[in-house]
Amino acid sequence: MNAEARVQGTQAEQGLIEQFAALKASGESSADILAVREKAFGAFEAAGLPHRRVEDWHYTDLRSKMRTAFPIKEAKSGGVLNIERLNACVFTLENGRLNEALSSFGDLEQGVIVRPMSKALAAQTPEAFGTVATQDDALVNLNTAFMQDGLAIRVKDGVKLTKPIHIIHINSEGESASYPRNLVEIGEGAEAVIVERYVGDNDAAYQINALSEIKVADKGSLIWVKLQQDGEQAQHIGSTAVHLGEEVEFDHFTLNTGSQLSRSQVFVACAGENSKIGCRGVSMLSGKQHSDITLLVDHAVQACESREFYKSVVDDNAHSVFQGKIIVAPHAQKTDGQMMVQSLVLTDDAQVSVKPELEIFADDVQCAHGSTTGDIDEDLLFYLRARGIPEAQARQMLIIAFLSEVIEEIDNERVVTLLEDLVKEWLEAKKG
Amino acid sequence: MLEIKNLHAKVDGNEILRGVNLTVKPGEIHAIMGPNGSGKSTLSYVLSGKEDYEITEGSITYNGEDMLELGPDERAAAGMFLAFQYPIEIPGVATMTFLKTALNAQRKARGLEEMPTPEFMKLVREKAADLNVTPEMLRRPLNVGFSGGEKKRAEILQMSLLEPTLCILDETDSGLDIDALRIVSEGVNKLRSPERSMIVITHYQRLLDHIVPDVVHVLSKGRIVKTGGKELALELEKNGYADFVDEKAA
Ligand SMILES: Nc1ncnc2c1ncn2[C@@H]1O[C@H](COP(=O)(O)OP(=O)(O)O)[C@@H](O)[C@H]1O
Ligand SMILES: [Mg+2]
Repeated sequence: MNAEARVQGTQAEQGLIEQFAALKASGESSADILAVREKAFGAFEAAGLPHRRVEDWHYTDLRSKMRTAFPIKEAKSGGVLNIERLNACVFTLENGRLNEALSSFGDLEQGVIVRPMSKALAAQTPEAFGTVATQDDALVNLNTAFMQDGLAIRVKDGVKLTKPIHIIHINSEGESASYPRNLVEIGEGAEAVIVERYVGDNDAAYQINALSEIKVADKGSLIWVKLQQDGEQAQHIGSTAVHLGEEVEFDHFTLNTGSQLSRSQVFVACAGENSKIGCRGVSMLSGKQHSDITLLVDHAVQACESREFYKSVVDDNAHSVFQGKIIVAPHAQKTDGQMMVQSLVLTDDAQVSVKPELEIFADDVQCAHGSTTGDIDEDLLFYLRARGIPEAQARQMLIIAFLSEVIEEIDNERVVTLLEDLVKEWLEAKKG
Repeated sequence: MLEIKNLHAKVDGNEILRGVNLTVKPGEIHAIMGPNGSGKSTLSYVLSGKEDYEITEGSITYNGEDMLELGPDERAAAGMFLAFQYPIEIPGVATMTFLKTALNAQRKARGLEEMPTPEFMKLVREKAADLNVTPEMLRRPLNVGFSGGEKKRAEILQMSLLEPTLCILDETDSGLDIDALRIVSEGVNKLRSPERSMIVITHYQRLLDHIVPDVVHVLSKGRIVKTGGKELALELEKNGYADFVDEKAA
């Protein structure tokens, strides 16, 4: 199918077509990489921006929500970043470009190699891209077409990192787009904690489409935390694609508080037996925020265990979307998959859409899903107030309690503390 | 001093309290007895400000202040405390955090400084030991996984920490074995003072052997139908509530 075959494209789609033509004409990409880009853009162009009739995007109609597609702009963020660094190796991307001066290439631990993606893009063989993110997803395709910069991280076999790696994305440029791309390899028996954080200027309307492709080799362990705290006018699309070997421990956590519109996609493929997967997340939304978490856990082999546990607190007119699918292949016996989604809806105008799905083709499995939606429990509130705790404070305590249940499942004290602090910050900010 | 005058309260359109009059002076202990469903718990909830109830008539004043104007937390700050008949579990709220937050919220409302953490810890440990509340219980989320008896002891622990001036105990004896009953009663008796009043709601006389009341009331169908001394409780134990209930219902 070509572009002409479709109904006339939207302004945003037209913009993307023009931007892609310009990117091609710039001659920046090697022929190999250009071929990768062209293939991805072709696939994007054929389908266009996803809309409500595309099943996976039913609740997030990007065609209507993304009116224009902003161009990539090269700019420094300028702002001093006042966020705690987690005692980590920090790497900073500004408006989609790695700022090497704000990145700690120098104090990396032994056994980990980190390279700027811009350099990798020049040198990398095209086969490196799209091996993990194999989905034919419009936004994954768009990232591949426009991918710009990011990090290529490799933790060598058996290396256990003691410090987290903290990737900070700062966006401050209005009407701009950025397309960060990371390639991550955790070697056999290696261990790492990686935190990616998205922050931005509340006054800047920017678009970000990020993609991380992550491979964890046999017996590897990875905690991957995504903190989506983008600016109030931002549109954030972020995809995390993961490929797991045998006996891997993989934990993913998404904290969602930023952006006007956000979609976080998580694709987990279990390719080796006896792995343990935890996908968890917390969304805290207010105003007119729309936030979508879409999760796919593919139990392609037997005897893996996955826990999917997501919670949201939805205030004002905000809309929280969760779609979670667990697929169990015909021969993936002894799979254990448990998905739970819980939402706290604070107002009548707040909205929650939850779509959990199990697609099970094996017979000897233990899989279940459940969801709950409700307001703060009045009896709990009364109990706290009857002990002298003022209503606003009591509500805060109950929201923290609600969210802590999922946060505390992460087996890393530093990460737990960070997330709990961010929850409190959000509650404090909302009060003011 | 607590003064309840001609109190009428409805829930879901049903009138549960139908003209309650009660005056409790400082230092007094009043027992409220009555059959199941007579409105005892409703009275305790209405006193402490639970929102499900519609007050259609009457007044509640405490130390001259109109309680019906105040929210539950403000009533607590004014000195009221309800030990719940069924204390609920609050997952995710650590017991210690809760105790500290409650204590400091009340201190703040009364214009006092926050209690320093070491002092607070010491205080909790002492009081907990008296009530046989184990350090392990204190580490759990509030009431979560506590047995019926443990929940009741935890309620009394909260009461002794917060030092209210009006204690309302709703069937604190139910679910307690003899030993636990003794521990809880001792905890309550320790709090007896000339400034502190108590309303002890119970179905059975046995609690009143331990916590001896000054006045006993019988509540039936939302009204106090009989008031007497502590011997009234013994009489009820022997003859049941039938006399009073029928007398009024007729
Ligand atoms: N939320 C409610 N909705 C409807 N009826 C209620 C509610 N709460 C209490 N009641 C009714 O009010 C009456 C008094 O209940 P309660 O105060 O619990 O009595 P007691 O504590 O004396 O056993 C009972 O008939 C009970 O069914
Ligand atoms: Mg009762």
